[in-house]
Amino acid sequence: MNERPLPPVTQLGMVSLALIVAGGIYLSAHLPRHVPLGPAIALLAASAVLLAANMVALSRVRDFAWDRFVEVGKWSLLAYAVIAGMIEYAFLRDHIRGGALVVLTLSLVVFAVHVPILVGFTVARYAGTDDRVAA
Amino acid sequence: MADTAISAPAVHPEPAQPAPLERPDFEIVPRRGLVLVAVAAVLLIVAIASNKLWPLMFLHVAGGAAWTVIDLFLGLVLGPIIGRMSIPARVEFTTRLMPKMVLIMPTVVTLTLAAGWQLGLKLGTVFSFHPLHPWVVASYIVVGVMAVLALGLLEPANIAVLIELKKPRPNPEVIERLMRRFIYCAGVLGAMQIATLVIMTKLASG
Repeated sequence: MNERPLPPVTQLGMVSLALIVAGGIYLSAHLPRHVPLGPAIALLAASAVLLAANMVALSRVRDFAWDRFVEVGKWSLLAYAVIAGMIEYAFLRDHIRGGALVVLTLSLVVFAVHVPILVGFTVARYAGTDDRVAA
Repeated sequence: MADTAISAPAVHPEPAQPAPLERPDFEIVPRRGLVLVAVAAVLLIVAIASNKLWPLMFLHVAGGAAWTVIDLFLGLVLGPIIGRMSIPARVEFTTRLMPKMVLIMPTVVTLTLAAGWQLGLKLGTVFSFHPLHPWVVASYIVVGVMAVLALGLLEPANIAVLIELKKPRPNPEVIERLMRRFIYCAGVLGAMQIATLVIMTKLASG
């Protein structure tokens, strides 16, 4: 199997997800007390930067199976949008408001976008040469 | 049920074309199973909306038991067995197991976590003043590590294996590589589940 040089999308994605999870744990571990949002915002910002870096790195890959990536990624995005929507509903139902709600909502957005990218990337990187389209 | 041919591994190129292997046809996401998933989701919504102890406890314990047992069994028992199977046997096993895992794991994880969070709110264990709160935070960390592994490595590998197997001539080397990732991840998750068992039994016994 010929390995093509590809950006570390999976590794960056896992670090990004870990930062989101750490932010969620930080916020939930302090309930019901008021919690300073600084660390959670910093973790979210770092995670979002990694997401952006992953998207940029991926967009520069040539000879990549973009059809496969989009085909798998769009269904995965739908599934994770539903999951993120359900979690958001739970936040609202639990009366989370203000800055914490904004941080958690944006964290869900990063989560719901990054996981489909990881799924689409993993499928597309192993696609046959017939599936690959020059970028 | 239609069968599709799959080539034997091509690690060392052979002059002769390897004999095709048989693999059963399958759905990547079994549509009939979606009905059971929908039923589980409705039960979860009803349990959370009613906010009664028994339904929440039932879904959390039943979902958590299923999650733990599947991870432990897959990671520590089935994983090593799959690793020693012949390629055709592994392909056939994978074809039958993985589509079910696509539905089972997200469902039991969602039941466990959502019912568990609601249960924690009801019992007060998620609040920082509760005496057992450090154990709850420890469970967040264990679940967080498992979530990153499952979402970042396990699920993409699972979907990629199934899509590879759907091709007219799947590449066994790709399948083997992805299955290795799947099995290693399942092993780590199995080990993490032992930590979950320690934490949950401590929380249950007070």
